[in-house]
Amino acid sequence: VWLDCLVEGEDGVGFAGLTFVSLLTSVDMSSSPTRNDDLKEMLENNKESLKLEAMKRIVGLIAKGKNASELFPAVVKNVASKNIELKKLVYVYLVRYAEEQQDLALLSISTFQRALKDPNQLIRASALRVLSSIRVPIIIPIMMLAIKEAASDMSPYVRKTSAHAIQKLYSLDPDQKEHLIEVIEKLLKDKSTLVAGSVVMAFEEVCPERIDLIHKNYRKLCNLLVDVEEWGQVVIISMLTRYARTQFTSPWREDGVFDENSERAFYESDEEKTRDDTEIKPYTMDPDHRLLLRNTKPLLQSRNTAVVMSVAQLYWHLAPRNEVSIVTKSLVRLLRSHREVQYIVLQNIATMSIQRKGMFEPYMKSFYVRSTDATHIKSLKLEILTNLANEANISTILREFQTYVKSQDKQFAAGTIQAIGRCATNISEVTDTCLNGLVLLLSNRDETVVAESVVVIKKLLQAQPSQHSDIIKHMAKLLDNITVSMARASILWLIGEYCERVPKIAPDVLRKMAKSFTSEEDIVKLQTVNLAAKLYLTNSKQTKLLTQYILNLGKYDQNYDIRDRTRFIRQLIVPNEKSGALSKYARRILLAPKPAPVLESAYKDRDRYQLGTLSHTINTKASGYLELSDWPAVAPDQSVRNVEVIEPVRIHPSICTALFHFCPDSPPSFFHISCYCPSLPVLLPGEGVGSITGEDWEVQAKTYSPSDLRHCVDIGFVKQLLFRVSGYLHVFRSVTVSYVVPFVPQEVKLQKEVSLLDLDDCELTDVKPWFCPSVLSPSLLTDLEGLSLSNISTMQVSGPAFVPEKSHNLLHRMTGKGLAAQYQFTRQPCLYQPNMVSVQISLTNTSDHRLEQIHIGERSPAGLKIHCFNTIEFLEPDASVTVSMGIDFNDSTQAANFQLCTKEDQFSVSIQPAVGDLFLAVTMTEQDFRKEQGKLQGMNECSATITVTAENTSSQPLNRRVAAMANVGVVPSGQDNVHRFAGKTACSGAVLLVTVELRESSAAVITINTEKSVMGSMLLRDLKKSLAQA
Amino acid sequence: MIHSLFLVNSSGDIFLEKHWKSVVSRSVCDYFFEAQERASEPENVPPVIPTPHHYLISVLRHRIYFVAVIQSEVPPLFVIEFLHRVVDTFQDYFGVCTEAAIKDNVVVVYELLEEMLDNGFPLATESNILKELIKPPTILRTVVNTITGSTNVGEQLPTGQLSVVPWRRTGVKYTNNEAYFDVVEEIDAIIDKSGSTITAEIQGVIDACVKLTGMPDLTLSFMNPRLLDDVSFHPCVRFKRWEAERILSFIPPDGNFRLLSYHVSSQNLVAIPVYVKHNITFREGSSQGRFELTLGPKQTMGKGVEAVLVNSQLPRGVLNTNLNPSQGTYTFDPVTKLLTWDVGKINPQKLPSLKGSMSLQAGASKPDENPTINIQFKIQQSALSGLKVNRLDMYGEKYKPFKGIKYMTKAGKFQVRT
Repeated sequence: VWLDCLVEGEDGVGFAGLTFVSLLTSVDMSSSPTRNDDLKEMLENNKESLKLEAMKRIVGLIAKGKNASELFPAVVKNVASKNIELKKLVYVYLVRYAEEQQDLALLSISTFQRALKDPNQLIRASALRVLSSIRVPIIIPIMMLAIKEAASDMSPYVRKTSAHAIQKLYSLDPDQKEHLIEVIEKLLKDKSTLVAGSVVMAFEEVCPERIDLIHKNYRKLCNLLVDVEEWGQVVIISMLTRYARTQFTSPWREDGVFDENSERAFYESDEEKTRDDTEIKPYTMDPDHRLLLRNTKPLLQSRNTAVVMSVAQLYWHLAPRNEVSIVTKSLVRLLRSHREVQYIVLQNIATMSIQRKGMFEPYMKSFYVRSTDATHIKSLKLEILTNLANEANISTILREFQTYVKSQDKQFAAGTIQAIGRCATNISEVTDTCLNGLVLLLSNRDETVVAESVVVIKKLLQAQPSQHSDIIKHMAKLLDNITVSMARASILWLIGEYCERVPKIAPDVLRKMAKSFTSEEDIVKLQTVNLAAKLYLTNSKQTKLLTQYILNLGKYDQNYDIRDRTRFIRQLIVPNEKSGALSKYARRILLAPKPAPVLESAYKDRDRYQLGTLSHTINTKASGYLELSDWPAVAPDQSVRNVEVIEPVRIHPSICTALFHFCPDSPPSFFHISCYCPSLPVLLPGEGVGSITGEDWEVQAKTYSPSDLRHCVDIGFVKQLLFRVSGYLHVFRSVTVSYVVPFVPQEVKLQKEVSLLDLDDCELTDVKPWFCPSVLSPSLLTDLEGLSLSNISTMQVSGPAFVPEKSHNLLHRMTGKGLAAQYQFTRQPCLYQPNMVSVQISLTNTSDHRLEQIHIGERSPAGLKIHCFNTIEFLEPDASVTVSMGIDFNDSTQAANFQLCTKEDQFSVSIQPAVGDLFLAVTMTEQDFRKEQGKLQGMNECSATITVTAENTSSQPLNRRVAAMANVGVVPSGQDNVHRFAGKTACSGAVLLVTVELRESSAAVITINTEKSVMGSMLLRDLKKSLAQA
Repeated sequence: MIHSLFLVNSSGDIFLEKHWKSVVSRSVCDYFFEAQERASEPENVPPVIPTPHHYLISVLRHRIYFVAVIQSEVPPLFVIEFLHRVVDTFQDYFGVCTEAAIKDNVVVVYELLEEMLDNGFPLATESNILKELIKPPTILRTVVNTITGSTNVGEQLPTGQLSVVPWRRTGVKYTNNEAYFDVVEEIDAIIDKSGSTITAEIQGVIDACVKLTGMPDLTLSFMNPRLLDDVSFHPCVRFKRWEAERILSFIPPDGNFRLLSYHVSSQNLVAIPVYVKHNITFREGSSQGRFELTLGPKQTMGKGVEAVLVNSQLPRGVLNTNLNPSQGTYTFDPVTKLLTWDVGKINPQKLPSLKGSMSLQAGASKPDENPTINIQFKIQQSALSGLKVNRLDMYGEKYKPFKGIKYMTKAGKFQVRT
């Protein structure tokens, strides 16, 4: 009802409006208080351009953070505008202010509900986006419904949006969790790469504890990962890291056990060791665990630093120890990126380098500090260099540190001094060198440097005070000049602690301090009190009065701590009746030997957080941080990840071959794919326009995998379709591919008639997977046939009905000095030239050295046309490679002789075709077959009567026999006893028709009609032999 | 994930804000301003700042801080990478990414941000897709739009969004089909006092500008692919093919993009193309210091060293300099103490030098450290590592494209310690 009263703006813009806008703009510059009224007026105007202008200015206000909420009623009216830009800006406004103006926001809801049904997927998606972004609790049921509907939308883009909406609804009303989990469960099953990242994000936000939802989708996610968009990859990888830690056993166990064993061997009895051995079960990695590691590895090459980091952390947390180091190179590469990226990566390297020095040691120089680095980058690099220091490289590192100490950035110089201190404690060989170096720094002019040195020296001396009394003396002298309180306090503590080593100097220092006590910092005062107490105990004769003086000063100090400390010390060291037993132990309390401080990295315990996380960066648990669990001792049931395989995956190679080899040499202009999947009753038809060539296909044809299929076919057109095909490949029962190619020269005859239909000079080519030749061509073909007005003879080159497995020897390994070659007729139309026969050659290197530059050399007869394979740069020992080439046999069975050359040798080889290999299978209707047969009578016909063996009398084996002998296609036949086959010669394209008519008592008449009578009779001879054979 | 975004200029004003979830008050930026005040240099502001209820993750580019507000755990690199992608997109759209450009195009910026994130999670970040959704503003288009009332906003879902080549838009047409590749190598080095190399490495990129009609499928092969030690690819590159054959095979995005970044293995000794002779001394007690600098070419493979620029941060004690360049111009900023010498081209016959004296603060003690010298230079038509493109082939389209490959070597972080 509300919406009915909304006026929709009229379309149409005039120049008058334009000038009006500029006028308005100038007006509102001068009178800003009335600005919003102007905007309201513009929004209520009928002119779209004015409205748009108004909305643009409103968005400007929002961007500046100014309040524009009073315009809400005027803006919301335009939500149903036809102008898409205006509409989008209204959306922006709505999302910003709907929370504040809930009642008015409801006005817009029905528009979105309508838009959710729009045929345009972009509009559906954006309606859902806005609807779910309006944070108004009343509409929660509507949102829920919309999300559920969108989750089963046809368009993956809309489904992706629904995954985002799940999180929005959850943050608005966590009570909906159970329902939302249902939607998440459904979307997790989605096979689109577009949806995967977003739904995993929703999973992480809504129900990260429901790890059971992942089981069935685990393998799919691993396999899709490479094709998911980069942001989704990050989310999926971190989720899978968590998942893997709950589902697999530790791959680290083995080396851990190994280490223990080798240690134990030294000092424990053999008996125990053997018992241990029996306990150890050999570790085998779960194949799913391996799958994850394998599929994430290529992502280390991603340009997205977040992806690289997430793979690195995955390897760190999941991979066996010896495999982790493959991430090093990539992490070091990230250091070339922006400053902020460097910061995060260096932090993670700092944590990693504590545990695994070896990983980064070869890249030590990449962590050298440059004077232009930001301070936090410098200190992180310093941290890493310190972590990497060991006996071997310490001298290099210290030399580098010497440069840093002199840096103009004093904060950094101070950091370096601390780093030197850490190196000195960690590597005992250099302790003295470092200490001497630090003492030299004590005469530095910069106070922060000196102060830091004092603090570090104090720590070092504490670790080994034995022979360093001269350093202490030197430091005592410094006390006159140093003003940094921390350093002064450190010196005082040192002198107090080792006062017996410097008996002459210590009382003097105390005297000086007593003089300046009142003006010192608190921390210095405390240490002065300490020093006084310790001297009183060791040398009370000289210092009794001084101590009392200091204690009196301390008693009236302003600071509580100092007063407390003074009182405590006085009771402790000056025995009186009240002090009781404690003062007897004063010496043992104050001068107890103190453990040396351990200088360790600030990143020491950061590894409690998962690497790459925010929590790791800030070193506290961020809200929403999901703990990485420890490896389970016993692996949970592996079978939960098994997915019922609907159909065997035998389909790939055939589809691929079909696609590869049925690309005619002129680029198809139209492409059609339909796929049928028994479990998901969806037909995915579609079309695209583009162009293509075959060169690249051939290379890809070597490895038949879905992702290759995707890459090689997807050039330009049918992107969406093939993308789906690749995603769904394993579930399809049949995939039919057909395409229309433009004019092919040698089929002019057919051409003419097709063009009558005004199909833009098209010939129709249909390809079917060869294992189901009886499936008829897809709807497109029938559609087009239905269009035809007359009996048009259409002859289509189809996939071979049978591809002989048999391969022939081309080059024996003995004659080829290790290079062995075999060839096979693929019976596919040749990619390079239509009149060539395609031959597949597999080359194997059986020698023990690598063969280089394998190529084709001279050929004979001289006119022989060969499309050579590209030169193979090298072939490793025991490696083999399959290449394909095209040979123009010119419709004769004369062998093609040529030379197969390597870098060193040349071998003459020859390929001898059987006559049946010189044809290409063709499909045609029975009608056409008869028509063609009628044209090929007399001289062009040859026939023979034979006796066929019993098993060849039924159609299946007979068809197979004939197809094995010659590359011909089966022509559907109306009679049971007559079998027809059609083909054409590869070179001249002459039609070949074979008829096998079964008579009584296993007699059969074979008739062959073709212009090429020589080939006809040769084929007849072969067929006779084959069919008569058992 | 990303809750809100604030854009802060160098004077500490928030000039744009965008919220993807509930509105976060801009007072959250006070924590950022605090950190900004504490930092001595703009670069020193920590990228991640925790506050009581939020976390601020910021990047600094073009003297603008892009401050993202985060509420819960998220990989920080995810946010940082995204923010950089936002800056790249702005640069792509407006040519420059300055405060003025953003303010002028605030509506387009808003529309872009709206498309790039949904509920804080990246939605469309590929420039080719965004350009189909929101057309970049040009003067011509603005005029046309005001007259015809058409908009910059696309009505259809970009085809790329659903395809496996999301980086390329469909229906690309050019009258001149051309593909240019720039092989740019940067040499990072630290040279010590005595002129010996402490560390040197070569990082390279191949930037492409491809303007080809239709859906071309390109392959690029190298004469010496083994040089490349560590590579990262644009998503368009087929990884398997690279693994197997060391050939780059890809369907390129339309327009400019970075095809490949690589690192040349450190085993190969890096030839340092320039050398520096320096003599910078401060005498104790005197208020004068000597400054002498001579540059010369070294191992440049016969190519000239151009666009040489030297800068150095002199110690704080230096009041002024009185130097005499044999070529080019030099400036010294007495406030920041930054010495800049624009040398230009190095003539091997007559080496450029900069000589003279520095006046020091009277009575101040001599600085402990000599300044570091940063050098920038360019060498045209040569890639320092020796990387050579063998050939570029195109499949999938009929026309003959115009192909071009350019090589260049630049100084990256090239520092000489004195």
